[in-house]
Amino acid sequence: MVHLTDVTKFYGSKRALGPVSFEIEKGNTVGFLGLNGVGKTTLLRILACGLRPSSGTALVNGFDVLRDPHEVRKRVGYLPELPPVYRDMTVTDYLTFAGRIKGMTPEAVARRMPEVQERTRIVEVRDMPTGHLSQGYRQRVGVAQAIIHEPELLILDEPTHDLDPVQIMEMRAMIRSLKDSHTILISSHILPEISRTCDRLLILNDGEIVASGTEEELGEKLFTSRRLDVTVRLGAAKAGDGDRAVAVEAARAAIARVAGVTGVQIPDSPGSAAGDTGAVNFQVEGDSDLRAEVCRALVESGHDVISLNRAERGLERVFVGLVGKGGTWH
Amino acid sequence: MALGLGSTGIIFRREFNAYVRSPMGYIVAAVVLLIDGILFYANALGPNALGPAGSELLSGQVLEGFLYFASGMTAIAAVALSIRLVAEERQTGTLLLLDTSPVRDWEILLGKFLSALAFLSLITVATLYMPLLILVNGKIAIGHIAVGYLGLTLLGGAVLAIGMLATALTRHQLVAAAVASVITGTLFLFMPLAEIVGPPFSRFFAALTIHGRHWAGFQDGILHLRDVVYYLAMTYFFLFAATKVMEAKRWE
Repeated sequence: MVHLTDVTKFYGSKRALGPVSFEIEKGNTVGFLGLNGVGKTTLLRILACGLRPSSGTALVNGFDVLRDPHEVRKRVGYLPELPPVYRDMTVTDYLTFAGRIKGMTPEAVARRMPEVQERTRIVEVRDMPTGHLSQGYRQRVGVAQAIIHEPELLILDEPTHDLDPVQIMEMRAMIRSLKDSHTILISSHILPEISRTCDRLLILNDGEIVASGTEEELGEKLFTSRRLDVTVRLGAAKAGDGDRAVAVEAARAAIARVAGVTGVQIPDSPGSAAGDTGAVNFQVEGDSDLRAEVCRALVESGHDVISLNRAERGLERVFVGLVGKGGTWH
Repeated sequence: MALGLGSTGIIFRREFNAYVRSPMGYIVAAVVLLIDGILFYANALGPNALGPAGSELLSGQVLEGFLYFASGMTAIAAVALSIRLVAEERQTGTLLLLDTSPVRDWEILLGKFLSALAFLSLITVATLYMPLLILVNGKIAIGHIAVGYLGLTLLGGAVLAIGMLATALTRHQLVAAAVASVITGTLFLFMPLAEIVGPPFSRFFAALTIHGRHWAGFQDGILHLRDVVYYLAMTYFFLFAATKVMEAKRWE
């Protein structure tokens, strides 16, 4: 569906993108992840024919963005970071305009309109001027204009930009509902948005793709060990007559004895875990999935396991590992 | 598929409705009609009115005076109406919708240009009551009015095209207004400049001026093909330049 070969973009002498090369299969949902200013928007705009590449070849369904931009534009729906809505038009008038300008006949627009408004859940605001809508609704109208002509490729640039948490969840659900009918490209610097919506990730840094694959694959490439977060109620504390420090050390030693464990750390002071004065958290590094072994070792040594999870922020660690920066994601 | 002239028509309708829906269109119309009215009153009925009322010469002179002032107001209105057309869309991000749709740059610009020309023509038509007052109370030829209004429309079109180039250049409407005003003002000033320099520069400036030489015939009720071609050529040139700027902006 999408095929890029050595695509670059220069603004004057400053390189904003590339050279980048990748392929995206039809039906995939692919996320472009990167810090602000690494070239995500430039890349997506090139694919949407809103910007010309300085060099290289970009094909969408076999059509070149430079040689056949019209054919590409017919097949692409694009939602920029700020939805391109005319604030003086009602939602229905705006979508009619968007459909017509994308080459649909008035009859085709009229046929498609109810389905699009239903799918993006904007039926209740369809007669309101877009300038009176909340940011969440405006973003949905932006998605509606991107899908009105039933494009094969849907490009969403930061689709949850400026949305509140509820609106973000709704937007994610909407994007998931569109996966059946479109190949989707999403850019974001918000990790959960990418990891929960996409089948595959491309990580950009300084205008280049530094890694690609599923979250799982990326994690495996970068980290040989796997981390577990374990919350334990100490045996001695449960009995109420032991020395806490001794009990914590005993639990740590029990975990450390498990084959494959390469490190055990206590991230907070004993007694602070989840408000349970008898509980303590451990971070366990291992070379494979050791959940069962760690659990068994703790129980056998007289401790209760309150929770045991694989570390949830794996993707963020992948991201930090690749771009060597931190602190900008949500 | 609604490509080709269809896309231009779709953009034309959207832009024309935007003028009708926004206060900007009404403000421009109100200011033009007010100032035209005041100047007409001062020229035709005020203490500076020429000669005795009712004479054939006076009627023609009053109409010529009206057309002279109206041409200036038309040029100002054309700048005011055109500066938002691309700059505003670039600023609000809506230009991306057009840029990523199967529409060519010239179709976008032509649709916008025609909408502005249609709205400007409506404003111009609304001033018709003033020449009609002269027609009723004096002695002038309807052809003089028709030629004068054709001239206003052609002049308005040429200045709108200049405005299109200016608005395609920038995302800031004030900058677009300044650029359009400087180009239009320079082309207006070519006539007095032609009078103070010697040949061959005088001929060069006189041939290019947007007002004096090419406007005079319309003001006098005389239709020269040369003047019509000049205004159409100016319009084409600046619209073509605006299209090239739009295309070049895609590389930025």
